[in-house]
Amino acid sequence: MNMRAEIARVAYRGRTASIGFAHGPFVRVDVVPNGKRQIGTPGDEKLAIRAALDLAGRQIALLANAAGGEASQILEFQVALLDDEDFLDPIFAAIHAGTPADEAWSSALEEQIADYNSAPDEYLQARSSDLADLRDRVLRTLRGGANEAPKLPSGAVICADDLPPSRFLEIDWSSGGGLALLRGSPTSHVALLARARGIPMVVQLGAVAERAQTALLDGEHATLELDPGTEQIDVFERRREAHRKSRAAAHAFLRRPAASWDGEKIRLLLNIQRVEDLAHADAQYADGIGLMRTEFLLGEQAGLPDEESQYLAYDAVLRWAGKRPVTIRTFDAGGDKPVLGFTKDGEANPFLGVRGLRLCLARPDIFTVQLRALARAAMHGNLKVMFPMVTTPEELEAARTLFADVVSRLQAEGIPVVLPELGIMVEVPAAALTIERFKASFFSIGSNDLAQYVTACDRTNGALAKLSDPLHPAVLELIGRTAQYGKRAGISVSLCGEMAGDPRCIPALLSCGLRELSVNPSALAQVKQTIDGLSRGGHP
Amino acid sequence: MLETSKANGQNFTGSVRLIHAVGMHARPAVRLTKLAKKFNAHILIRASNAAEWTNAKSVAKVMALRAVRDSIIEIQASGEDAEAAVAALVDLVATDFPDSGP
Repeated sequence: MNMRAEIARVAYRGRTASIGFAHGPFVRVDVVPNGKRQIGTPGDEKLAIRAALDLAGRQIALLANAAGGEASQILEFQVALLDDEDFLDPIFAAIHAGTPADEAWSSALEEQIADYNSAPDEYLQARSSDLADLRDRVLRTLRGGANEAPKLPSGAVICADDLPPSRFLEIDWSSGGGLALLRGSPTSHVALLARARGIPMVVQLGAVAERAQTALLDGEHATLELDPGTEQIDVFERRREAHRKSRAAAHAFLRRPAASWDGEKIRLLLNIQRVEDLAHADAQYADGIGLMRTEFLLGEQAGLPDEESQYLAYDAVLRWAGKRPVTIRTFDAGGDKPVLGFTKDGEANPFLGVRGLRLCLARPDIFTVQLRALARAAMHGNLKVMFPMVTTPEELEAARTLFADVVSRLQAEGIPVVLPELGIMVEVPAAALTIERFKASFFSIGSNDLAQYVTACDRTNGALAKLSDPLHPAVLELIGRTAQYGKRAGISVSLCGEMAGDPRCIPALLSCGLRELSVNPSALAQVKQTIDGLSRGGHP
Repeated sequence: MLETSKANGQNFTGSVRLIHAVGMHARPAVRLTKLAKKFNAHILIRASNAAEWTNAKSVAKVMALRAVRDSIIEIQASGEDAEAAVAALVDLVATDFPDSGP
C-alpha cells in the first residue's frame, strides 16, 4: 500500500507522442519571455517590430537550413506568416494608433492562437504551438531578453508547458534526452520531429512539479517519474532493455535494406485488402504492395461501391506507399466469391465460370466505375493495375481499350487522371503456357488458382488436400517458365499466392527464378529470415 | 472537378476539388500562397461556396478557410496575368501540392 502511494506521488501519466526511454537531469524550460521595455513613439515602435520580425525571419531560415527536410517544411509556415501582409497590416495599424509594439504583436498572435485552439480538428489545434513559437521569438527580441538557445545539460529530460518546433531544433539532442510536455499533442510538428529523431516524448502530462533533480521518461508507457528511487530506476532500466531487445530481434531481419539470394535482390511486397492492414508494425519494411484485393469493397455497403468510396480506398494505400509501387487487382468476383447483383447465379461450375476479368468485361457498367476511380488514384503514386483470370491476350487488350476510353473521357471532363501500367495475374494454365503472347507490363503469378487448375483439384475440397500440392512439378514448371520468360523479356514477375509466405515453398520459388514475392504483413519477417537463412546455408 | 473560365473582361475563375488528405493545412496553404505571390494579379479564393472571398496570397487567410478534404476550392483573379494565375493555382490543388524545387 505504501509503495503504491509513493509511486502515485511522483509518477505522471500522459499520452505517447514518441516512443523511447530517457533517464537524465530534469529541466523545466520557461518559454514565456518576461521583462518590461521602454515604449517609444509609434514611429520607433514600428521600427522596433520591423527589426524584430526581420531577425525572427533570419533565425528561422537558419534553423530550417541546418535542420533540412521535414523540419524546414514545418518552419515554412512561420516564414510565410512573417511575409503575410494581411496578417501584419492590422498589427502595424494598432502600433500606428499608439499600441506598444510588443502588445500589438502579442494580442494579434493570441487571437490567432485562440482561433486555432477552438478548431474542431486536432491537427489545427496543434498548429497553435507553431504560432506560440513565433510569438515568443519576436517578443524575446522586442523585450530585449536573451534570444539565444538556453544552455541545457546533455541528455536532459526537458519539461515545458508546450515546446515549439524551433526551440526543439535549438536543443542539442546528440546525447539523447527526452521531452515531457504538460500540454502539447501527438500530432504537433514537434512530435513529428521527435519521432523522426527517435527522441522520446510524452505529452498532456497535466501539472508536473517545478523542481526535481532527475527524471525517468518512458515514452512507451507515457509516464514521467521524478527523483526516482533505486527500485524505480531498476524497473525503468529493465523496461528500457526489454524494449531495446524486442525491437532488435524483430527488426534484425526487417531492417536489412533488402533480402538477397544468389547475389540478387529479392523484393518483398505485401498482400492487403485495405489501408488498415498496413497498420501492422512490419508493413513499413516492405518494398511495396504486390496485391491489393478490391473485392471487400463489393460487400461493404448496400449496393455496389461508388467511384468516390473506391477512390478513397485506393488513394489511402497509394499515399501510404509514397514512391513504392502499389499493384491493385480489379474485382476478382465469382468462383468462391459470389457478389449479389454482380456475379452470375446458377453456374454449374463457378470456378470455371464467368469470374475475374471475364465477369468485369461482361459488366462494363460496374467495371468502368472501378477504372475511373483507379485512373484518378493513379495521379498520387506508383500505381499498377492487374486483371485476374486472364486466359487470352484479347481479354487484356479489351480491358486496356476500356481503360483508355475511361481515361480519355475523364480528361475531357477536365479531371486529372493517368493510365497506369497494366499487367495480368498468371493463374490460368493456358495463359502460363503462352505467356509470351501477352503485352503486359508485369505478371503476377496467382499460385493458389494456378495450382488448383493445373492439378484439377478444387482447393476448397479438403479431401483433395494432398493432391493439390502447389509444389507439384507441373505447377513449378509453369512458375519457372513464367519467371524465365520475364527475365528474358525484362518484364517483372512476382508471385502473390500462399506459397510466397510458406517457408517450405520459398526455396523452390527462388530456384524457379522468382525474385519478387508478395506476402501478408504478418509473414514478412519470417520470409525475410527464411531467405536470409537460405542465402547463408547455400543452395536449397 | 477542374475548370477555368473567363467570367468577363479581366476576370478569370476556376474551381477544383481539394484532394489533400488532411484538407487545407499548413503545408498546402504555404505552397498555395507562395505560388499566388508569383503573380501580379489580384487573386481571391474561397471554399465550398462560402459567402466571402479571401486573399489567396495570405497564408493566415488561406488557413482560416478551414477547407476540408473534398471541398471545392474556387479561385478568382483579375489583372495582367490573371489567366495564368488561375490555371497554375487550380493545377497546384488538382495535383495535390507536389513538392516544388528548392
